[in-house]
Amino acid sequence: MAAPVVQVRDVIHRYGDTLAVDGVTLDVPPGRIVGLVGPDGAGKSTLMGLVAGARRMQEGEIEVLGGSLRDARHRSAVFPRIAYMPQGLGQNLYMTLSVMENLRFFGRLFGLRDADSRARIDALLRATRLDPFADRPAGKLSGGMKQKLGLCCALIHDPDLLILDEPTTGVDPLSRRQFWTLIDAIRDSRPDMGVLVSTAYMDEAGRFDTLHAMWHGRVLGRGSAEELRKRTGEETLERAFTALLPDGARDDRPPLTMPPRPDHGGETAIAARDLTRRFGDFTAVDTVSFDIPRGEIYGFIGSNGSGKTTTMKMLTGLMPATEGDVSLFGQPVDATDIGGRARVGYMSQAFSLYGDMTVRENLALHARLFRLDARQTRDRIADLLDRFDLSDHADAGAGDLPLGLRQRLSLAVAVIHRPEVLILDEPTSGVDPMARDAFWRILAGLSRDDGVTIFVSTHFMSEAALCDRMALMHAGKVLDEGPPAEIAARHGDGDLEAAFIALIEQADGGGAEAAARAARGIEMGPAGQDTRSGASAALTRALAYAGRETVEILRDPIRLVFAFGGTVILMLIFAFGISMDVEDMKFAVLDQDRSPESRAYLQTFEASPYFLPMPPVADTDALVRRLRAGDTTMVLDIPPDFGRAIRQGRPVEAQAWIDGANTQRAGIVEGYVRGGHQSYLAEGARPGAGGVDVQTRWRYNPTVDSIYAIAPSVPAMLLMMFPAILMAISVAREREIGTITNFHVTPTRRVEFMGGKQLPYLGIGLVNFALMTAMAVFLFGVPLTGSLSVLTLAAVLYLLASTGFGLLVSVFTTTQVAAVFATMVISMMPTVIFSGMMQPVETLEGGARLIGSAWPTRYYMQTSVGAFTKGLGWDGLAHNLLWIAVFIPVFIAPALLLLKKQEA
Amino acid sequence: MRRALGNIWWLARKEILGILRDVLLLGLVVYAFGPGIYLQSNAAGESVNNAAVAFVDNDRSALSRAMQDALHGPWFQRPDLIEGSEIDAAMDADLYTFVVVVPRGLESDLRRGRAAVVQLNVDATDVSQASVGAGYVESILLRAVRDTLGGTLPAPQVDLVVHRAFNPNGNNTWFEAVSGLLNWLTILTIILTGAALIREREHGTIGHLLVMPITPFDIAMAKVLSNAAVVFAAFILSLVLVVQMALGVPVAGSVPLLLSGTFVYLFAAAAVGVLLATVARTMSQFALLVIITVLPMMILSGGMSPVESQPQWLQYLTWFLPSRHYMAFAEGVVYRGAGLSIVWPEFLLVAVLGAAFLGVALALFRRSVASA
Repeated sequence: MAAPVVQVRDVIHRYGDTLAVDGVTLDVPPGRIVGLVGPDGAGKSTLMGLVAGARRMQEGEIEVLGGSLRDARHRSAVFPRIAYMPQGLGQNLYMTLSVMENLRFFGRLFGLRDADSRARIDALLRATRLDPFADRPAGKLSGGMKQKLGLCCALIHDPDLLILDEPTTGVDPLSRRQFWTLIDAIRDSRPDMGVLVSTAYMDEAGRFDTLHAMWHGRVLGRGSAEELRKRTGEETLERAFTALLPDGARDDRPPLTMPPRPDHGGETAIAARDLTRRFGDFTAVDTVSFDIPRGEIYGFIGSNGSGKTTTMKMLTGLMPATEGDVSLFGQPVDATDIGGRARVGYMSQAFSLYGDMTVRENLALHARLFRLDARQTRDRIADLLDRFDLSDHADAGAGDLPLGLRQRLSLAVAVIHRPEVLILDEPTSGVDPMARDAFWRILAGLSRDDGVTIFVSTHFMSEAALCDRMALMHAGKVLDEGPPAEIAARHGDGDLEAAFIALIEQADGGGAEAAARAARGIEMGPAGQDTRSGASAALTRALAYAGRETVEILRDPIRLVFAFGGTVILMLIFAFGISMDVEDMKFAVLDQDRSPESRAYLQTFEASPYFLPMPPVADTDALVRRLRAGDTTMVLDIPPDFGRAIRQGRPVEAQAWIDGANTQRAGIVEGYVRGGHQSYLAEGARPGAGGVDVQTRWRYNPTVDSIYAIAPSVPAMLLMMFPAILMAISVAREREIGTITNFHVTPTRRVEFMGGKQLPYLGIGLVNFALMTAMAVFLFGVPLTGSLSVLTLAAVLYLLASTGFGLLVSVFTTTQVAAVFATMVISMMPTVIFSGMMQPVETLEGGARLIGSAWPTRYYMQTSVGAFTKGLGWDGLAHNLLWIAVFIPVFIAPALLLLKKQEA
Repeated sequence: MRRALGNIWWLARKEILGILRDVLLLGLVVYAFGPGIYLQSNAAGESVNNAAVAFVDNDRSALSRAMQDALHGPWFQRPDLIEGSEIDAAMDADLYTFVVVVPRGLESDLRRGRAAVVQLNVDATDVSQASVGAGYVESILLRAVRDTLGGTLPAPQVDLVVHRAFNPNGNNTWFEAVSGLLNWLTILTIILTGAALIREREHGTIGHLLVMPITPFDIAMAKVLSNAAVVFAAFILSLVLVVQMALGVPVAGSVPLLLSGTFVYLFAAAAVGVLLATVARTMSQFALLVIITVLPMMILSGGMSPVESQPQWLQYLTWFLPSRHYMAFAEGVVYRGAGLSIVWPEFLLVAVLGAAFLGVALALFRRSVASA
């Protein structure tokens, strides 16, 4: 037999103190499909991430396709031969990109020639029946379609190893069946391909060649489904798995059967009449009606995107209905009715608790918000921790819990105020069988013992079978309603899953089964032998990232408007608003002399356009009062004997009192006051200092208008802030939503990823540069006297530095919030305050001067002012350009070094 | 009413716990209010500070040397001696803001009673330094001439003595400290509050809150108050430890008045944060909005350049910035020792603007949640 595709030997993996994988050894032989089953937190996803090369190995050895994954060269050589689909619906997809754009992007990452790529995409789309939706954004696809598209993206190249992490979690039964048909078709056309797959569905596990039952990072047993059943002597695979568990971990209770429903009175708990919800011209929920009596468990099943979640949101009052109405216990549901909410508990599809708080804190917060007092809160928490079996985890962070426990906590939170109605939206999606069993035992207790009415949606037919009644929903309509056994009998010969598939295929006119047949017959011809390599492939990958980023930005018109409009608006208000030219400065006189001489002296100031005379001040007390109130900026105080002294030729002093609170303004005022005094002296040819005259030449800006300095300076500020923040968010976002995995598991190199993402923001920056330059010249009348080409070159370098800074911040931050916060806080001072706009950097003191000099804004600002106002070209600006250029590697090199090609 | 207070209290408590557990966030807050304020306040001691000067000394006399010696710190760097041919290149390269050209035979001409002209070249692109600095240079040079040549020249008959009220030495540290506090109050409060709301929406926890007996008002108020409280605590620490103790800035007016005005301002800034977060759909949109809002609040509120210098139409616009009124309020209290009887209009304006922003935000809030 050929060598295994994957050989895992004694692999151990830790996250901090937590042992995730504890000495696992397994093989994936060519042509075989190897399955991993086990509860959440068993280490399945970690192991798959390691085999895919997305995570860095700690202990042990993994050989994939003939080489060790520790060898970075081998890794990059085999990436084109591995296909990896991470856990989560559409986790590797870009939601604003269309189906076709997603596929093309992956094609470029794997170096496919465009013609080959096109043929391959056509074949994949036909096989998955996604071809009618080629232009639909991935975010608008249903869950099942997203998974199929995810698979297509993974299969765009010819893999020898396919790694699928819970590919069918959260997917309806029909789409699941279609998914596996597709996998079979692909395996037929690539008989030597090894497949490693994990699943929470035991019926799926039955189709794998070898199964590894995992628990707490270890493999408890391996073999085919048949062998496992035989070895444990159990009838079902589910029981066989339970039997493998060590003593104490086993749940030896008999399988859950729902006890009969006691009579809670005939009261109707939930009633919906012709409930309809439209989004634009799309009808998500179409005239749905039902009546649910108190204490009933009502199951809601249906295909992905059939309108289940929307219906449930309308039941809670979170979303208003377009038509029809809902009532709870006879009271119409009203979004503004606060009191009515206390009767309802809601658990949404996504985990919506506070991950940074402990289990106990989450419970306490919700108890308090439902107005339990301190004592009730304590008792209720103790009761729920016990009843939901969460006591061991009471002080663990909610975000660190395995999925099954998290869902149990979510349920505990939803029932903390003893609601009469529970609305649960796919509460067990992705949860392992044992945890699901525990969850449903709690639901049974709530319904049967406490008379709670439960409205629950699920994709598990075994759970649907436990409900008292169920509704089957498809494309916004309820297809059938009734007790599960009746529905199964009516449409599926007693099998609920068969009934589901039959009903939906009937509704779709049999198209779905035809699709499955089409997939089976398809030939997945080779992806094309002639892939790009070397520099051409690297450039293609970088451009693929650049192109994708550009499309994403263009699809977000608001971001686009802000990115360009914001610059224009800020340029406008700053160029007008930042000014050191003070006019109409409020000044008052305290003339204690009232002689012709004193009036002549004051006349010089009153006639000046800079000063705006205010009512005179009566005495010294009033002087202080006026300045304190801030309605007078300067007071001229003329002493009583001013006129006499002048007439007698004695020296005399006038006093000027300036409001010194705002030092900036006080400085300017002082300059004007002294200027006024000088002109008084000059005017009367009163001797100043002998025969000396100081002749001032205002260079570059003869009128000393602020605009000549500010208009060229503002772009330096904006071309730093905008690109840096946009850049930092763009990378942090990939990390937050998980698409960074595509960088981890494709042949993309760091420099290609970063350079590619940088390019569009460089483009945006240059457009902004052009806009602001045009505004300076044509709107503010500041001529560009120097070299435009040198200024443009400086702008390119500067933008590389500012986006480089954004990249550097993004390497250190994991969330978008942190990226925004860190970029703003770090760049604000050196960009706005220490850059030389308000005050030349040379004149700053100490740390401020250092920071201002160690930041590119200063040098670009000097370049811009030099090019605009001083008429400088290459000779005068070269040293500044050099400085700006120095910052590019200073920011980007550490970013490149610190960006991890693998996860921890 | 009591119910709303309870909700706000418990939600705000949760919010504060979350902030206190975020190390990166806390680190940046500490940086901003600690070293950030300190650096900015100490950046420049005087209106004209350390200005770069060069002399083209064609006279090489005792007088010209005296003139050079008269220009000294902290206002001016020691003048460099350059050649007349170097002026253009040196000023193009931003080496000097002021270049003084002393003509050949200055001292002897003056001693003989002849008129002489000293040329002062000013780089007028350094607008903040140029006009004030030129005035300084001129009077210093004239005084140096008078002192050196002594009684041979008549003293000017009328002299003007300039006093600065509230800050006699024109110490920039005082002003920059308050201006720096304003900047960080604005930046941190708006980002913290807005981002907390956006994160809650992106993680779906807000939908969860809205099925509970909680109103959008409760949620918004909890965000506003908790984030304002965290920044307020940082502000108090910074005011006492950094501004008063390390920088030695005296607060002329009432500290309780300053604190209450600051809390009202934080409320207004947090309301702006909530408003931005309800308008923005994603974090990148929010970040762009923050830049567009925060930069004007920093730059056009009087902390960096005088409000009076803005054209009238812009002054109408900046009137809507709570930061502008807070700056006027803080200036009054910190330097001029103004009491509530003087600063109440600003106090009230900040509160009214904050309430108005919060009102608009609440009106938009339900809508933004429903479509999330």
